[in-house]
Amino acid sequence: MGRITLEKVTKSFGNVEVIPPLDLTIEEGEFTVFVGPSGCGKSTLLRLIAGLEDVSSGAISIDDQNATELPPAKRGLAMVFQSYALYPHMSVRKNIAFPLKMIKMDQAEIDRRVEGAASVLNLTDYLDRRPGQLSGGQRQRVAIGRAIVREPSAFLFDEPLSNLDAALRVGMRLEISELHERLKTTMIYVTHDQVEAMTMADKIVVLRAGHIEQVGSPLELYHRPRNKFVAGFIGSPTMNLIEGAEAAKYGAATIGIRPEHIDISETETKWKGVVGVSEHLGSDTFLHVHETGLTEMMTVRVTGDVNLKHGDTVHLSPREDLIHKFDAQGLRVD
Amino acid sequence: MATQHSRSAARMMMAPAVVLLLGWMLVPLIMTLYFSFKKYLPLRGGDLGWIGFDNYVRFVSSSAFWPSVSATLIIVGGVLTITVVLGVLLALMLDQPIWGQGIVRILVIAPFFVMPTVSALVWKNMFMDPVNGLFAHLWKFFGAEPIAWLTEVPLSSIVMIVSWQWLPFATLILLTAIQSLDSEQIEAAEMDGAPIIKRFWFIVLPHLGRAITVVVLIQTIFLLSVFAEIFVTTQGAFGTKTLSYLIYQRVLESQNVGLGSAGGVYAIILANIVAIFLMRMVGKNLDA
Repeated sequence: MGRITLEKVTKSFGNVEVIPPLDLTIEEGEFTVFVGPSGCGKSTLLRLIAGLEDVSSGAISIDDQNATELPPAKRGLAMVFQSYALYPHMSVRKNIAFPLKMIKMDQAEIDRRVEGAASVLNLTDYLDRRPGQLSGGQRQRVAIGRAIVREPSAFLFDEPLSNLDAALRVGMRLEISELHERLKTTMIYVTHDQVEAMTMADKIVVLRAGHIEQVGSPLELYHRPRNKFVAGFIGSPTMNLIEGAEAAKYGAATIGIRPEHIDISETETKWKGVVGVSEHLGSDTFLHVHETGLTEMMTVRVTGDVNLKHGDTVHLSPREDLIHKFDAQGLRVD
Repeated sequence: MATQHSRSAARMMMAPAVVLLLGWMLVPLIMTLYFSFKKYLPLRGGDLGWIGFDNYVRFVSSSAFWPSVSATLIIVGGVLTITVVLGVLLALMLDQPIWGQGIVRILVIAPFFVMPTVSALVWKNMFMDPVNGLFAHLWKFFGAEPIAWLTEVPLSSIVMIVSWQWLPFATLILLTAIQSLDSEQIEAAEMDGAPIIKRFWFIVLPHLGRAITVVVLIQTIFLLSVFAEIFVTTQGAFGTKTLSYLIYQRVLESQNVGLGSAGGVYAIILANIVAIFLMRMVGKNLDA
């Protein structure tokens, strides 16, 4: 279970329309990620699905039942909040048991489920601690534990990793992905971090100003961005977008080439420029190339052993078949 | 060495304040203790020498002693209950986005700025007067017999007056506490299926625990020594004589400084007993 459908859903706060009419279907068991820059309405969309905000118009249905007017508790969804929203005065055990206690489940079953969730999430030793005595990662797991004991039809995550440090974030990303593999439950995950989106999602929904820019699998979005915005948003470092005469040669208003699809050479090639900052990551190096006459700065991804210094001249050749073309409206041209 | 130097310098600089505060506390305490062992009647011969524990025995064996202790405790307990319960409800209400919020908040806080003497007089003459008071008119409007508040239910009346004065304080502290509650916690509880009453009971109330403790402890300090409200209303009649009022009567009306001082020492003991009970009951809320 866990198929969620949004039909012509809109949301306005006063006169400000945050979500213009929007249609979206999230299939059962899918890991869907809402991604977009901050203020794009992705969290609002999640809160609409959760029922924490009321839709201004349109309909939300969960498992083919109209849930538009249902209160949050009746929708069978569980949410993990950005701040975790643990109850500070309750022990971890009571935190996890809280939703079960609210539906008056019998104590033996509650204990069984809490122990089960705790062992899945490695929290067994911490059950009698208070949230204040736990580390960020452990709190995160308690929040997830509180969500899974209810066996909801879908999980909603609202930027759950943004309060963790980088190393922990990678670890938790993996844990959430594994959890999804094991539970096979629908998950909706909101983030502004495209790396999280790319690594975790079955389906990515790219949002801008409440509009869905593109829906698709991570690789679809990478290989065939539908417009300039998605092209620039997905992929790290971001795609180089070139306008003007060079783009016109390809019969487009804008062309885009990813940093990893540009080769460098000693000999004269199509483009050339001067190396500025090089970011050494060890395995790779990101070269910032200036004075190409094409754009202000182009990023080129080369292997870590390339040794170019600040001020060196470099020749660039894009892989012609991997150049993305966009028309004047910013839409993809094939 | 620098730290040692700065530490001794800090001590030197703190010394005047410490000495002043210590003197401020110790001088009256020692004088109270000193007089409590003396027979000291200012208008009837002055200092008549040491009499050991006679004052203490007389104060306790007076028929007015235990009633005064119970009146004190009833007033403290009654006011605490009313202010905390109504304070929580008012704070919840003021936290809602309502029309004219700013003005309503100021109105709620206003009673705190009225002097106790003034507010007690206003209550006595304008509200509780059995002939001209507003309550009397209200009772008559509904065809009921007006109540002579301060003679028929004197202790409740005083609890009412004092509660009115302290409600703003409780409300203010509790309102700030409610405002510091993370809204995501409430939303999480909502998602977890907690209806509004349970959200209040399991999330909001525990969050307010510390603020309630602060309100209870601070109010207790002031309520144990309630005086003006009794002085201008019942003058200690009809069972409204608190311990502090009894001490006042012994010292000023009976002109017996020694006896009053012994009462003062009992008041200190009572305050400490109350403090111990309170700390046992609510003190754990103050631990972080």
